[in-house]
Amino acid sequence: MSLIDLSSTLLFIAFIAYLVGTLFFGGAVKGGKKDASVSNKKWGTIAITVTIIGFIANLGYFITRWIYSGHAPVSNMFEFTTAFGMFVVGAFILIYFIYKLPSLGLFALPIAILIIAYASMFPKEVTPLIPALKSYWLTIHVITAAMGESILAISAVAGLIYLMKSVDTQKRTKSSIWLEIVMYAGVLVLGFVIVTTTFKLMDYNADFTYVDKNGATQEITYNTPALFGMHEYEMKSPDKMKPLAAMPALVNAKKLTTVVWSILFGSILYIIIRLILRKSISRAIQPLTKRVNMQLLDEVGYRSVLIGFPVFSLGALVFAMIWAQEAWSRFWGWDPKEVWALITWLFYAAFLHLRLSKGWQGQKSAWLAVIGFVIIMFNLVAVNLIIAGLHSYAG
Amino acid sequence: MKNITCECGHVNPEGTHLCEKCGRPLTEEEKHAKVVDMKYEGRAIRSKTYNKTIIDKIWNFFSSVKVGVSIIVITLVAAAIGTFLPQVMYVNVMQGEDAKQAYIDNYGTFGKIYYNLGLSDIYSSWWFQTLIGMLAISIIAASIDRGVPLYKSLKNQRVKRHESFMKRQRIFGEKEIAADKAEESLNLAEKKMKELKYKVRREDGVLLAEKNRFARSGPYINHVGLIIFLFGVMLRLMPGFYIDESLWIREGETASIPGMDGYYLHNNKFTFETYKKEEQKQEFNQSKAAVNSIAKNYQSDVVLYQSKDEGIAGETQDMKKVAHHAIQVNKPLKYDGYALYQMDFKLNELKAMNFNLVNKKTGKSLGEVDIDLTEPKKEYDLGSGSKVEVKGYYPTFSGFDDGEPQSDSPLPNNPAFIFKMYTPETPKGETSFVAIKQTLEPLGTTKYQMKFQNIETRNVSGLTIRKDRTLPILAIGGIIFMLGVVIGSYWSHRRLWLQRTNDGRLLLAAHTNKNWFSMKKDLDAVTTYAHLPLWVDQQEEDEKEMEEKEGDNTL
Ligand code: HEM
Repeated sequence: MSLIDLSSTLLFIAFIAYLVGTLFFGGAVKGGKKDASVSNKKWGTIAITVTIIGFIANLGYFITRWIYSGHAPVSNMFEFTTAFGMFVVGAFILIYFIYKLPSLGLFALPIAILIIAYASMFPKEVTPLIPALKSYWLTIHVITAAMGESILAISAVAGLIYLMKSVDTQKRTKSSIWLEIVMYAGVLVLGFVIVTTTFKLMDYNADFTYVDKNGATQEITYNTPALFGMHEYEMKSPDKMKPLAAMPALVNAKKLTTVVWSILFGSILYIIIRLILRKSISRAIQPLTKRVNMQLLDEVGYRSVLIGFPVFSLGALVFAMIWAQEAWSRFWGWDPKEVWALITWLFYAAFLHLRLSKGWQGQKSAWLAVIGFVIIMFNLVAVNLIIAGLHSYAG
Repeated sequence: MKNITCECGHVNPEGTHLCEKCGRPLTEEEKHAKVVDMKYEGRAIRSKTYNKTIIDKIWNFFSSVKVGVSIIVITLVAAAIGTFLPQVMYVNVMQGEDAKQAYIDNYGTFGKIYYNLGLSDIYSSWWFQTLIGMLAISIIAASIDRGVPLYKSLKNQRVKRHESFMKRQRIFGEKEIAADKAEESLNLAEKKMKELKYKVRREDGVLLAEKNRFARSGPYINHVGLIIFLFGVMLRLMPGFYIDESLWIREGETASIPGMDGYYLHNNKFTFETYKKEEQKQEFNQSKAAVNSIAKNYQSDVVLYQSKDEGIAGETQDMKKVAHHAIQVNKPLKYDGYALYQMDFKLNELKAMNFNLVNKKTGKSLGEVDIDLTEPKKEYDLGSGSKVEVKGYYPTFSGFDDGEPQSDSPLPNNPAFIFKMYTPETPKGETSFVAIKQTLEPLGTTKYQMKFQNIETRNVSGLTIRKDRTLPILAIGGIIFMLGVVIGSYWSHRRLWLQRTNDGRLLLAAHTNKNWFSMKKDLDAVTTYAHLPLWVDQQEEDEKEMEEKEGDNTL
């Protein structure tokens, strides 16, 4: 088995371990009876053990891929996103050992699983580095920033659990609706994964030519049936589905198609889940959060920001500036990716000040933590894929 | 000033919540509170006390955290808006086009609105910079406003606090105890707390165990770091602190470096490499992306010279060679505080053109003319009575205007010439206009022509020259900032108070500025060990009650 195959296998093992770990964490939080606590503890021990095994396999993936490719595996969307998923698990393990809260695992692991699944939808081949990326400062910067973000993400996990428990999901309130929207967003990511995987398994390829905004003719291959055609497209694969509408040159119709398919699939999936559960997802999950201590959760949320903020500052700002100074001759250039790192940083600074001075604790703080995670994900997904910049990894 | 005299006799300044000496609540609010507000130890905060003069009002504005957070949030939102479309420095503006037109061409009506609102250069706008300035003022004001009283009160901390202070701490417990037992408890507690690395102070029947007080300075240290950083950024507006120049330098050329007086750069060679197929991983070669070759290296091999005498430019032998370096992306040449970066390049710029003066009919050549396109000679003598005069040179020929040939740029992108050819056969000379793939004979048909033979090309390196004397200041600011956040985030200031009252009770109170979970772990370790009263978290109890009473905030 070659190193790269070993690497893929290890990632797969990690993925499975996280799934199994989630189930065990489910067992660890179940049951309202007082005497359940002993068995809960046992489940919890198994769950964290499985998670750690998965994490070690995940690290194995990271290291073997690093050795194989000769550079840190954080150089394209697949690699960076996978690493982020891995760090989320790492951050969870860290916080778990401080607070021993199994319900944290029940939510953190599925989020990590979704992130890794999302990552594997991108091209997985090892790409050679372009000159700008050949810098150890860049490696240090990206890894530290991702670590910081993942610790901050745990705060959102704690916030989500806090909201699950404290929001009355039976009533239609602003909070309960927003909470359900968060659940729906999760299902949409799942929709994206399912759509992409399905058409990949079908080996769907439809070739087009189109005219880009500079008037040049380009080729493009759709991997999902084209709902929208590129600007002045021409089909090269006649047996494939014809686009329903053509888009202006400014819009990347291929990405738009994927997004619309994901929303369609995700929404159908959501409706099916609702029909099976016969209640909102948040309501269905709520009982799992019954036994958590709210005050403790609130503190976990704050503490993970406290732990993550310095790491994020160091990675996403300090190291980033050092790298930018070496590579681009200026430590700051208002590149979109830089700006979004600054936005994330300012947001968490605001979070800390609101909490400290205005006493924004509990629900308010929990919502802020969730919004922070949304900003981080926006940074990862939208800024990389839509708002192109220096850092923009392949589309 | 209206001072407040506490029952203990201590005179506190106006605005104090908790007596500086004994901790008794002084305001009505605190007297009725179950848990006192321990922010800044109940000290008087200037901004919370005075609000009369205009100076008070300005001070209060900037030191308010509400205002501070608002500034942060506005900055954040403005920054985000700036990423909707690329900023003007990242937009390709074609030659002869203005930035506005570029926005309209690339982004349509939205682009036009974006440009007109000034959002295309948002980060250099006066209001964005004002925001950052206000942020700095706010940080300074708030830090002084709170930092000074906090420092004073932590420094002058008494061991003994009044019972009413202890009772209103978030963690509180009490029990009846005999005097000797109480003393034993305090001894045990002292031992345990010392084990836990607390500093313990005792007076008669009272104990204060304290740990990590320095953590309270964290936010102030990090704010100082931020201010130093922002100061450094401002400094670069001063002349001399910051140089940003660029230089296009051809292979084989020696040029004086803009912004670097007395320094000259010689470009030996520029190299552009892409990955070869065998250098790429196998599975990548099978993929679609592999079709486009991927850049591997941009490199300028340069020699840096310093002129020995100020002002004498030119010959490299008169200069001192001070460095040679292969400038690559991520590997700038650094010298004397300057740094030269590989930023751009142009491959195969025309260097020279080679013509043959031939008789059109017979094809007989009278000699070759080799024209250096950066500096064409006026006249080329071919001997035996033949010569060619260069009457006009148009490095980037763009067409005729009123019969006159035009050039767009001084760079030889599309050279054109007006030659006057003299031969023994045509001693008066013949005029011809020669451009690439084009020959015109404006003054009548000629017998001879300048026949294009070949071209020579060379590469051009685009370098950026920077000197940034603010970098050390920024680095210091950054380091102080990081130090501050780490101190403030990874340690928490914990205190435990124990007190035996005259009526035979043992009181326990504890406080931490953050991270209550760990504080409670410390307390768990000491409570049973030293037979201390069982304590409760009064805030947690409060919340439990609230939870039962309150529902959700309905729509
Ligand atoms: C981007 C800018 C800023 C950053 C990164 C920053 C950072 C921080 C951090 C990390 C803390 C500690 C928070 C905690 O431990 O929970 C803090 C505390 C604080 N900050 Fe800032 N800050 C910024 C701007 C401001 C501004 C504009 C104000 C002015 C109103 C301000 C006032 C304060 C105050 C009063 C504290 C509490 C200090 C204490 O607890 O003793 N900060 N800041």
